Amino acid sequence: MEDQRSLNSIIDVCLLAGKIMLENGAETYRVEDTMIRIASAFGCKESQSFSTPTGIIFSLDGDYPISKVIRISHRSTDLHKVTLVNSISRSVTNKELTVREAYIKLKELEKANVAYPLWIQIFAAFISSGCFTIMFNGQWNDFIWACIAGGLGFACLLHLHRLLEVRFFAEFIASFVIGVSAFWFMYIGLGSELDKIIIGAVMPLVPGLLITNAARDLIAGHLVSGLAKGADAGLTALAIGAGIAVAFVIL
Amino acid sequence: MFEQVVTSFIASAAFGVLFNAPKQSLIKCGLVGMIGWVLYYGLVELEYDSIFATLVAAFVVGVISQFFAKRYKMPIIIFTIAGIIPLVPGGLSYDAMKHFVENDYNVAVQLAAKVCMLAGAIAMGIIFAEVMNQLMIKYNRRKQSEKGAPLK
Repeated sequence: MEDQRSLNSIIDVCLLAGKIMLENGAETYRVEDTMIRIASAFGCKESQSFSTPTGIIFSLDGDYPISKVIRISHRSTDLHKVTLVNSISRSVTNKELTVREAYIKLKELEKANVAYPLWIQIFAAFISSGCFTIMFNGQWNDFIWACIAGGLGFACLLHLHRLLEVRFFAEFIASFVIGVSAFWFMYIGLGSELDKIIIGAVMPLVPGLLITNAARDLIAGHLVSGLAKGADAGLTALAIGAGIAVAFVIL
Repeated sequence: MFEQVVTSFIASAAFGVLFNAPKQSLIKCGLVGMIGWVLYYGLVELEYDSIFATLVAAFVVGVISQFFAKRYKMPIIIFTIAGIIPLVPGGLSYDAMKHFVENDYNVAVQLAAKVCMLAGAIAMGIIFAEVMNQLMIKYNRRKQSEKGAPLK
């Protein structure tokens, strides 16, 4: 009975670590690897982990086999949290933390908000949009208009993410806003190249993380999560394209 | 060229903020992105094919990311993402989309195929770097075990 209880708390720690990592954009193989490492640091040498973008199945083998499932319904990108889970798991494998301590730390991390302030995020989108316009051989007098369009689009995206459950739609609206504002800059005669402004401004929305993760997962043999993430990236790209396209058609 | 160096550095570091990478890694994110982009841009200027240029740039990004990840004990994904973002064929996929909307399917499909090739080249470059790294680790281990040192 005592054994079973301790196994239960070990599996909880593993699942929580896996959940936080998966929700914040870590690669599948890293999630599985971390969970198995934590389990083996606590003395469960035999464990199996199966993670997909929408859920994790984890089981500890041995005298009292036990397994649990956890559902992942919300996904975002927060590499700081991934890094922090990484360092917690490192101190677990160095036997610096007990099961209870690790669980408390992870619980705190799950609730913590380590994101940059909103205005810094929007400013980052603002400045990177302009930089991308220059990188794609745009002209310097389009710099500021790409910045404004990109900042506006990203601010829209952040706001709509909070408002709407459907991510696809938020991305669609955000890229529509970018398209309309770029057209408007051209219309009042401020910008010089419409294409370059739009390309630069759209870059903060591009699902770069998803695409790379999908490719890496596929080649590493995690076929299920690779395909799922690829579909996710494809949907996002489609939403962005459709938003711009609608702006093109209307105006 | 100078403006490319500066803008790619700022753009990659700003992308680090968007993905909420830890503060102390932002400069390194910018550095990885800058090296990748300058390499790509230089190769294209020298009239190499853009797919080849992307492959080389992605490979170098992968190698540097492996090094940074080991050196600073951070997940490798932080650096690869920042390095890859400038290489993502955003402009080309926009062009493809535009031609689709204009009912110019011939050009659109050509461009879309090119986008797929470029995305594949990025993935291949990163994977090559990873495989190289694994081979190096295996090679070092074998060397150690030949010397009689205990296996880790």
